[in-house]
Amino acid sequence: MSERLSVRKTYKLYIGGAFPRSESGRSYVVNDAKGRFLANASQASRKDVRDAVVAARKAFGGWSSRTPYNRGQILYRVAEMLEGRRTQFVDELRAGGAAKTAASAEVDAAIDRWVWYAGWADKIGAVAGNANPVAGPFFNLSTPEPSGVVGIVAPDSALLGLVSVVAPAIVTGNTAVVVASEPAPLPAITLAEVLATSDLPGGVVNLLTGRRAELAPWLASHMDVNAIDLAGVSEEAVTDLEKAAADNLKRVLRPGIGDWSAEPGTDRMTAFLETKTVWHPVGV
Amino acid sequence: MPTGAELRAFLHGLPGVDQVGADERAARLGARSIKTTAKARAIDLAISMVDLTTLEGADTAGKVRALCAKAVRPDPAQPDAPKVGAVCVYPDLVEVAVDALQGSGIGVASVATAFPAGRAPLEAKLADTRAAVAAGASEIDMVIDRGAFLAGDYLKVHEEIVETRRACGDAHLKVILETGELRTYDNVRRASWLAMRAGADFIKTSTGKISPAATLPVTMIMLEAVRDFRDATGRTVGVKPAGGIRTTKDAIKYLVMVNEVAGPDWLTPDLFRLGASSLLNDLLMQRRKLATGVYSGPDHFTLD
Repeated sequence: MSERLSVRKTYKLYIGGAFPRSESGRSYVVNDAKGRFLANASQASRKDVRDAVVAARKAFGGWSSRTPYNRGQILYRVAEMLEGRRTQFVDELRAGGAAKTAASAEVDAAIDRWVWYAGWADKIGAVAGNANPVAGPFFNLSTPEPSGVVGIVAPDSALLGLVSVVAPAIVTGNTAVVVASEPAPLPAITLAEVLATSDLPGGVVNLLTGRRAELAPWLASHMDVNAIDLAGVSEEAVTDLEKAAADNLKRVLRPGIGDWSAEPGTDRMTAFLETKTVWHPVGV
Repeated sequence: MPTGAELRAFLHGLPGVDQVGADERAARLGARSIKTTAKARAIDLAISMVDLTTLEGADTAGKVRALCAKAVRPDPAQPDAPKVGAVCVYPDLVEVAVDALQGSGIGVASVATAFPAGRAPLEAKLADTRAAVAAGASEIDMVIDRGAFLAGDYLKVHEEIVETRRACGDAHLKVILETGELRTYDNVRRASWLAMRAGADFIKTSTGKISPAATLPVTMIMLEAVRDFRDATGRTVGVKPAGGIRTTKDAIKYLVMVNEVAGPDWLTPDLFRLGASSLLNDLLMQRRKLATGVYSGPDHFTLD
């Protein structure tokens, strides 16, 4: 019997529920921790950003109007699929230089993080919303609403960091355009494959791989993006991106301290929520 | 007035359309890359060619007035954006549109002749047309009787167009072929020649009410027809694709095709129009992207 040829994976982008190559036709080499060739990843261009924003905008209406319970169920389903891909994620993290136990622990933590956020879907409204006491015959209710399309520049932490920025953005009903970790984009594409096979509507999460410095400014200046998470942006680049984001008053989340294993809290969810307050007459 | 036999002999004597070749050529012309300054010019030209259209059962006078305001000044943030070619409405709303567009130089086009089906007695169709013209419409978009055309009764179609042409008076007549119902490219070519012979000032692809509406190959065949018609008779007829043109990319493909097939003479709002409603916003978004360097979004433009 002849020796079997290996079937190698083509890493592509994830836009609107499909896996297209970059419009520009470019790719870049991803190496493992020892500098050996690992794969070619697509190098997205500004036009891929544009297409991804269109896809995210299209998906927003449907995703945001689902019941929080339903969104939670879909996110749990994503966690189930993540569990099924465990070995693939561990292999990819090990190729990135993590030791076997550390890689395994990170995958565990990422899945747990996803489940943790999934649970928040139907609870965040109770925590971030309120029945306000007012001096008049009214019910006065504040409820959190999703901002819209969120641009996310994901941090270097290839899986736990990525999950920790994507899950809180979408669980509340936003849709996301994510620029994956530049040095370690492969787990992001594998995550996209998980999302594509787990009832998450196409376009809710769009994943781009490529140069942050090239893509982030287009995301920050885009007039149809409502918020931007700068988690993976270097200190010196933050100011310019914030300036660009100010043009249409985007909500901006600056990079934090970067310890992704710490208890996350609700900040990443509330950062991309807006508050709607309704006055309703009593006794009419 | 020709006889039915003459018309039939003429229309069936037209050379047949090579369907595969037509699709191929249209696809190839659609692949041209138009960038930077050429793109900016193409966008402005396309805006000036738009027949801004609202043809809904739910149209109100208010909606038509809003549409007219947009026609005069498409993008208030960019006063240098050109105004559109015309506003296209149902006959009963022509008066509102004429009133709103007074002094702007933008004409009002009205669909007539029992649009979109065209299934009404000739008298009703002509009354429809006369009412629209009396209300001030400067362009009339009529539909042909597709049933009669497909049954081979070319004379009836011809006579209806001639009668409508007479009812139009000074108003321009656009003849809608509704190519989506004509089935074959040969029929599109025949209907184009039939309409032009009967006195159409414009031939228009579709009502926009059925799918497929305007497509590139069909528009190409119509552009070939107006080119050949001018060579044969000296009279210049315009073309208007309508329906399904939503993006700037699509619009630019049509402009390239006009230039390549009919010739640069047709690259004017007097001889080429784009029947559309959502296209205008996409053109404006692209225009703003070119002007400001950042991508724009639909939130920043009016809905209608």
